[in-house]
Amino acid sequence: MPALTKEQVEAVAALANLELESAEIELFARQLGDVLTHVEELKQVDTTGVAPTTSTSSPGGAATQGVERDDDVRPSLSIADVLANAPEREKARDGGFFKVPRIIG
Amino acid sequence: MSAPATISDIRKMSAVETCHAALDRIQATASLNAFNSIDGDRALERAADIDRNRARYASAPLAGVPVAVKDNICTRGLKTTASSRILEHFIPPYDATVIERLHAAGAVVIGKTNCDEFAMGSSNENSAFGPAKNPWAVDRIPGGSSGGSAVAVAARMTPLALGSDTGGSIRQPAAMCGVAGLKPTYGRVSRYGLLAFGSSLDQIGPFAHTVRDTAITLGVIAGADPADATSAPQKVDDYEAALTGDIKRMRVGVPARMLAEGVDPEISGALSTALDTLRARGATVVDIDLPHAKYAISVYYLVATAEASSNLARYDGARYGLRSADADLAAMYMKSREAGFGAEVKRRIMLGTYVLSAGYYDAYYLKAQQVRTLIRRDYDEAFKTVDVVAMPTSPIPPFKIGEKVADPLQMYLADIFTVSANLAGLPAVSIPCGFSAGRLPIGLQLTGRPFDESTLLRIADAYERDTEWWKQQPPIAG
Repeated sequence: MPALTKEQVEAVAALANLELESAEIELFARQLGDVLTHVEELKQVDTTGVAPTTSTSSPGGAATQGVERDDDVRPSLSIADVLANAPEREKARDGGFFKVPRIIG
Repeated sequence: MSAPATISDIRKMSAVETCHAALDRIQATASLNAFNSIDGDRALERAADIDRNRARYASAPLAGVPVAVKDNICTRGLKTTASSRILEHFIPPYDATVIERLHAAGAVVIGKTNCDEFAMGSSNENSAFGPAKNPWAVDRIPGGSSGGSAVAVAARMTPLALGSDTGGSIRQPAAMCGVAGLKPTYGRVSRYGLLAFGSSLDQIGPFAHTVRDTAITLGVIAGADPADATSAPQKVDDYEAALTGDIKRMRVGVPARMLAEGVDPEISGALSTALDTLRARGATVVDIDLPHAKYAISVYYLVATAEASSNLARYDGARYGLRSADADLAAMYMKSREAGFGAEVKRRIMLGTYVLSAGYYDAYYLKAQQVRTLIRRDYDEAFKTVDVVAMPTSPIPPFKIGEKVADPLQMYLADIFTVSANLAGLPAVSIPCGFSAGRLPIGLQLTGRPFDESTLLRIADAYERDTEWWKQQPPIAG
């Protein structure tokens, strides 16, 4: 595959929530094209009927069995701890909240 | 003067004395840029507490041992940046499970080490805070992504360090810095509190001078964790007890066809000599075939970037991390991510987003996962006849800082020998096995059966008993 087009790179950047500069768009168009050309080699491999591997977790582990526990209240982080790293937060009587730009209207 | 190099050296010293030695050494070697932050006051407090309560720590395997921790592993109250601008001021409100286990074992976390941003890279050059430097040649890369952890151990700052390994990020810097580095079986160590990159590939593991110290540390950090559903229920072995030195009748497989080209001649030579050493101790070396391993780079850079594009969606400037102000929410997300992520992270997010996008999923992501299955089967087949697989860790020696920055694909291709262990979920260790004519370290990689770290480490330890590479000290002053 040759370099991606500028439009393709911009479309992917929008999906990824990245606002790229024009120099980055040109650079990534070429570099992503290089990688996508390389991975074309996988087309040589016959994978008919081969199941995909999504995880190597072994049978019997929680990831393959599902995780259940009793619905008991357990300690968790305090609201103050959770909000401590927030770029913007608002104090409130019930502990406070994250503040972000207006979403609706 | 160097700080103590092994856990057994430290058992003879006071924790405070050991901690001071480590902090002094870190200061004396600051030009290597191994640490993003140092937690000196808390480390000394902890060490003093251990000295005051020696009886309580009598059977603690790491009592008073200073540990350097890669800066993508959460430490409560201590900045965890992943070497990224987007988390430059992030202070986690909780400890990763491995940190809790280190503390319970008496270890003293001394600081957070430099790495490639979000563990994406093989050279440590993708750190937002500048590259760590190789103590054997300070104009060269230490490897990556856990470069700072490898440097901390190699330059005798701390006897132990933790890293994370998604495609070789523990083993490759261990090889390039001349220390031991272990990637455990996927699921052997909890990932809770590790900033996620490729969730089906990531594993935390130790760096040390000796295989014995990696074995002791693995025993501390391994085991099931309710906070990580992918952590495995398998029993944790006594890894240190497995180091008997006896490898008679052990079978070592070498994928000769895969090693026939593209490997630096000095590295090939060091591997042959290492195999002779294993034979001399009674092991049998046999030729094996891993017919799909040559596709591992393509599979890895599709699977890992796809997982990364999803995992890194959380960095949006809303709840933590860098925010670029904007009146519009969508614009705030985009500007925060543009300002906060470096070039390699953006490149990988872009690639992962592309291969998961409508119309491309089957051709790239699904195909890669199918070939991943074939790579696993190759190893399953090989392990019917051999106990470990031996390869070089890296086909190339550490290169000059800046030399390969312009061509990411060329850098990816050098991960050829490390990525397949992650794709197959297997444990693998890199240990020093020689030096180039220019005094650059060379690493031997051994890969084992899932959850059989005991056999893997036994063979690595046996090799170490018959060699002195691990005792070599880099020329860094201080």
